[in-house]
Amino acid sequence: MAINEQTRAELRELISRYPEPRSALLPMLHLVQSVDGYITQAGIDACAAEVGLTTAEVSAVASFYTMFKRYPVGKHHVGVCVNSMCAMKGGDAIWKRISTDLGVGHDETTTDGQITLERIECQAACTHAPVMTVNWEFMDDMDEQSATKLISDLKSGADVKSTRGPRVRTFKEVSRSIAGFDDGLVDEPATDAAMLAGLNAAKKAGN
Amino acid sequence: MTKLVPNLTAHWDEADSHTLAGYQRHGGYSALKKAFELGPDAVIGEVKESGLRGRGGAGFPTGMKWGFVPQGDGKPHYLVVNADESEPGACKDIPLMMANPHSLVEGVIIASYAIRANHAFIYIRGETPHPIRRVRQAVAAAYEAKLLGKNILGSGFDLDVVVHSGAGAYICGEETALLDSLEGRRGQPRLKPPFPAVAGLYASPTVVNNAETIASVPAIINNGAAWYKSFGTEKSPGIKLFAVSGDVKRPGIFEAPLGITMRELIDYAGGMVSDRPVKFFVPGGSSVPLLTPEHIDVPLTYEDMAAHGTMLGTGTPMVFDTSRSVTQAVVRWIEFYKHESCGKCTPCREGTYFMVDILKRLEKGKGEISDLDLLVDISAQISGRSFCALGDAAATPIPAALKYFREEFETKLVGAK
Ligand SMILES: Cc1cc2nc3c(=O)[nH]c(=O)nc-3n(C[C@H](O)[C@H](O)[C@H](O)COP(=O)(O)O)c2cc1C
Ligand code: SF4
Ligand code: FES
Repeated sequence: MAINEQTRAELRELISRYPEPRSALLPMLHLVQSVDGYITQAGIDACAAEVGLTTAEVSAVASFYTMFKRYPVGKHHVGVCVNSMCAMKGGDAIWKRISTDLGVGHDETTTDGQITLERIECQAACTHAPVMTVNWEFMDDMDEQSATKLISDLKSGADVKSTRGPRVRTFKEVSRSIAGFDDGLVDEPATDAAMLAGLNAAKKAGN
Repeated sequence: MTKLVPNLTAHWDEADSHTLAGYQRHGGYSALKKAFELGPDAVIGEVKESGLRGRGGAGFPTGMKWGFVPQGDGKPHYLVVNADESEPGACKDIPLMMANPHSLVEGVIIASYAIRANHAFIYIRGETPHPIRRVRQAVAAAYEAKLLGKNILGSGFDLDVVVHSGAGAYICGEETALLDSLEGRRGQPRLKPPFPAVAGLYASPTVVNNAETIASVPAIINNGAAWYKSFGTEKSPGIKLFAVSGDVKRPGIFEAPLGITMRELIDYAGGMVSDRPVKFFVPGGSSVPLLTPEHIDVPLTYEDMAAHGTMLGTGTPMVFDTSRSVTQAVVRWIEFYKHESCGKCTPCREGTYFMVDILKRLEKGKGEISDLDLLVDISAQISGRSFCALGDAAATPIPAALKYFREEFETKLVGAK
């Protein structure tokens, strides 16, 4: 599917949510990325036309933000947090293992187009280190074994569920959710032991 | 032993804690009614009186910030919630928005009412789809229940809220970069003054507050400033979310009065893994200087952290035991700042690049002992000479680590040769 009249209508809907059209630009870029799988020239053109900017202005914005990709992303985007806490608690080992297994490095995609691998920065989930992401959904408390299984499940198309969030879909689908369109997954459970650590400790201590 | 005080986290063990029904079952949105009875100025007064300080890192008094917004100026006012949480170590706002998004939405309505804003934005870090879903649903449910939109609860007050997704840039947590980003530009900081309270979003008066700060407001309005001040210390009143990560048995979110100590938090977290002792800890994100076991009984308050040469920051301690390498931690943090530097000013753009270069050289055993002094020198060149606080943050880890662990850096160097 390519950017079409429906996409353009949705871009206009995003614009209508803001007092100033240009404020919608980041969500708009997420939306065109959800259609094309990365930021294509057609995506830039569509955003520029709807918001009334030059394509150079839109490109300048898109290139600033790491979530906007300049090359096609695989069906799934897989991140491994290698910031200090995660790296030490196993993130480095996980990275080495799956990068070797998949034969791709940072920001590279497997030849079958299934998986794009990225070394990512702290995901605001250090209490769950080491952390991975699949299409930005949390995969917490990973180790080499669970990471390897995750990759093979993604490759075989088996059901995969985020450890703090919904079942895993594709990079394109999640990009659409991030752009600000509902996907019906909001109620899928998210609270886990780390989030409840303090509440449970308080109850235990009779606080 | 300081008691934990579950407030924002009190009902996270209920399956529907994120829904309107779950929130209202425990008195949700009753603070809003009270705020409308009090009137905007009394709400600002109550928040001032509570002593609530910003939970985004700097600890600026929240009521005072709201008071800076000029009134009767004829311009639109805006509230912008900073939920861009991206600082290494910080991991409290994301779980909060996942499990209790309505506390944030109720806080947004009360804060907007107080500063006379009819438009509010919640800027959420883009790489976190589930919190985005949860906050979007909470806002939609509030509209449906007429808690947002026109003439809320018959008060005559109108408010529209937009949930906005970022796109992966730590610098967009800096409040003026966030505003540029929210205007659809590259996220680069603006010159201050003018401060956002005078010329913020669309050059109009704007309050930027952290998500936890805003979510703390309903309980203050409900229970009163005196209740809030009964926790914590005079300069650091109240309770906050402490996210404890690292080598503890049960890492997680602990809601406690300010002034709780690292020792107590570790205790609540089940103690240290394999009972290995603490080697160092960072009280509030990678941007604040690290501390050592001798500081384990220092109260976690703004003033006590400052007295020990560090900051409370985001109040999200990272704990490292004796099996960990301080040099490895520091290298990754500096790499992070290099990656996230927006490139606007020279000391930060070039300095972080040089530091990573030197650290990499050291890791490969190709450095000299004098490189350590060079690193300190570069840190000093960045600190205070950068356009925004990201530069100062990048200049923090090396001097702090060398202060306590110089020997480890030296042995690593010699060992690597
Ligand atoms: C590089 C950088 C990143 C920041 N990131 C955040 C952030 O993610 N969330 C946040 O609330 N404040 C962040 N801040 C602090 C904000 O600039 C601002 O002080 C804060 O949002 C004000 O809210 P508060 O008064 O409620 O703390 C950051 C500051 C800098 C310099
Ligand atoms: S200090 Fe760094 S992040 Fe801040 S303006 Fe300068 S280059 Fe950008
Ligand atoms: S260091 Fe990996 S989530 Fe924070």
